[in-house]
Amino acid sequence: MSERIISTGRPELRHDVRITDTTLRDGSHAMAHQFTEQQVRDTVRALDQAGVEVIEVTHGDGLGGSSFNYGFSHTDEMTLIAAAREEARQAKIAVLLVPGIGTVEDLKRARDAGADMVRVATHCTEADVSPQHFAAARELGMETVGFLMMAHRTPPENLAKQARIMVDAGCQAPYVTDSAGALLMHEAKARFEALVAEVGDEAWVGYHGHQNMSMGVANSVLAYEAGVRYIDGSLCALGAGSGNSPTEVLAAVFDRLNIDTGLDVLGLLTAAEEVVRPYLHRWPKMDRNAIVQGWAGVYSSFLLHAERAAERYKVPAHEILARCGELGLVGGQEDMIIDVAIQLAAEREQGS
Amino acid sequence: MTMSTVAAIVGPGNIGTDLLAKLQRSSAIEVAYMVGVVESDGLARAREQGIAASAEGVDWLLRQDPLPEIVFEATSAKAHQANAPRYAEAGIQAVDLTPAHLGPMVCPPVNLRDHIAAPNVSMITCGGQATIPMVHAVSRVTPVPYAEIVASVSSRSAGPGTRANIDEFTHTTGQAVAEVGGAERGKAIIILNPVEPPMIMRDTVFCMIGPDADHGAITRSIHEMVAEVQQYVPGYTLRAEPQFDDPQPSWGGNGRVAVFLEVKGNGDYLPEYAGNLDIMTAAAARVGELMAHAKQGVTA
Repeated sequence: MSERIISTGRPELRHDVRITDTTLRDGSHAMAHQFTEQQVRDTVRALDQAGVEVIEVTHGDGLGGSSFNYGFSHTDEMTLIAAAREEARQAKIAVLLVPGIGTVEDLKRARDAGADMVRVATHCTEADVSPQHFAAARELGMETVGFLMMAHRTPPENLAKQARIMVDAGCQAPYVTDSAGALLMHEAKARFEALVAEVGDEAWVGYHGHQNMSMGVANSVLAYEAGVRYIDGSLCALGAGSGNSPTEVLAAVFDRLNIDTGLDVLGLLTAAEEVVRPYLHRWPKMDRNAIVQGWAGVYSSFLLHAERAAERYKVPAHEILARCGELGLVGGQEDMIIDVAIQLAAEREQGS
Repeated sequence: MTMSTVAAIVGPGNIGTDLLAKLQRSSAIEVAYMVGVVESDGLARAREQGIAASAEGVDWLLRQDPLPEIVFEATSAKAHQANAPRYAEAGIQAVDLTPAHLGPMVCPPVNLRDHIAAPNVSMITCGGQATIPMVHAVSRVTPVPYAEIVASVSSRSAGPGTRANIDEFTHTTGQAVAEVGGAERGKAIIILNPVEPPMIMRDTVFCMIGPDADHGAITRSIHEMVAEVQQYVPGYTLRAEPQFDDPQPSWGGNGRVAVFLEVKGNGDYLPEYAGNLDIMTAAAARVGELMAHAKQGVTA
């Protein structure tokens, strides 16, 4: 593929597709943000050896996410980022930043700790809160990715306009981010095509999938066919909701399709089986709660919070999640889960 | 009957216009001037209400006789930085609704008394005005090592200024939650939600409290403070009773109280869902009114 350095200067591809592994960021949700430094070191070493080019390490809700609202980190994310940087021989270390939660100050500290790339995430209609952070990232000499979260919540043509805002602000790769695992194949494809048409000449388009409706890997193949060149995965699917497209499955599927990822399939299978599985508190799966998230279009990170609220307020988690979908809650509104649980409990009491 | 205090509003946009509507109901304040830098609908609306309005900026305002005693600044941080020294020189008290934050940060029911005669006060942020009263309600009863607030606002109510510098919100609000609210450390989070019809502003306040904190006293203090804020923001309500969580090892052995707020605007000029903007104008009007009472020697 021929590249031409244009305004944002997107990086050249070393392979047909660039896989980013987010076990240590999206997986942080499934781990209730309890990753230890040793787990991070072991995982980074295995991913790096298997040829993964980008490894994301941050609190699940991004820099500054350690909080009452999202859960406090077991180990400071700056310590984890620095540890990851030490272990990685060839891989770049990425961090997530959600404007409104994390700040440019947090980004500078992450850069000092060794982060090479930032992925700035906004709700799919709110890209205009990101230029401040893209500008800072470029000044810091970092690679940039833009996450348009909950991409099912806006039509393809509007998602493309939002991607344009990010690219004009210095984003090298806007993503169709299916935070709820809600995009069916035709819906995902329409969004990939819209973004490739809008920014494909100057930036790479990316896809971040969740498995709530079992679409992550299939949509990744569709994404590649539509011209998407950055694709996310997690070992053992470790991520919010029923997890992300498993990196080891992506590697095997792309290998069968003769699409070069630069990944060592057997190395990733070993990493998943022998490094990640032993420390899993829970293996993300398509249970009732997670499927409701995909079905009702609910931010995947709400899962554990809804389960906790369900236990405390004695209302079913899937009912809490369905109500969150009806209310149109977006990523970051975890506090509203408690509010919803209290309201549902009150409704039950009135009804009984 | 006391004389009313002459005031001016600089910045005739949505905020300035909504503030005017609120101040028109005050007997302590008479808004005599509305000032912009270009002709606008806001200036025209003010003139329709019989207010002297000019597009010639602060130069024009400072030529007026009488001069205002209080000016409300609803422009931008940059404009206020330029204007503030001129107000100070003219002996005019400034109530600053911009993110300039030159004067002490004030929240009317929490610390205005300490700054009632300050030459310049900052109205902090919308999220700060909504949540700091609750942090204070807890911290006046029991020590709060850490407080965290989450403000959810409708996308429509977040203007280009807020969007271009959203870090300003998180920094300023987090700092004010600690300094004004009385927590040892503060953190703020803001979420923009585009759902239609637009969502009414929601705020959640989490305060870390000791394992032996008096829950009954905290709950009473919160209810009292809600009633105080309701004096100037009638749509300020609790979504549920304060929720207490048991001490946890990951919270350093502390417990937690969570307060769930809804802030519905008065619908004066701004729509009701924009409680985040309404609480700024309502709090600024309240500050102006209490400053005017102080000038007039009235005890509020």
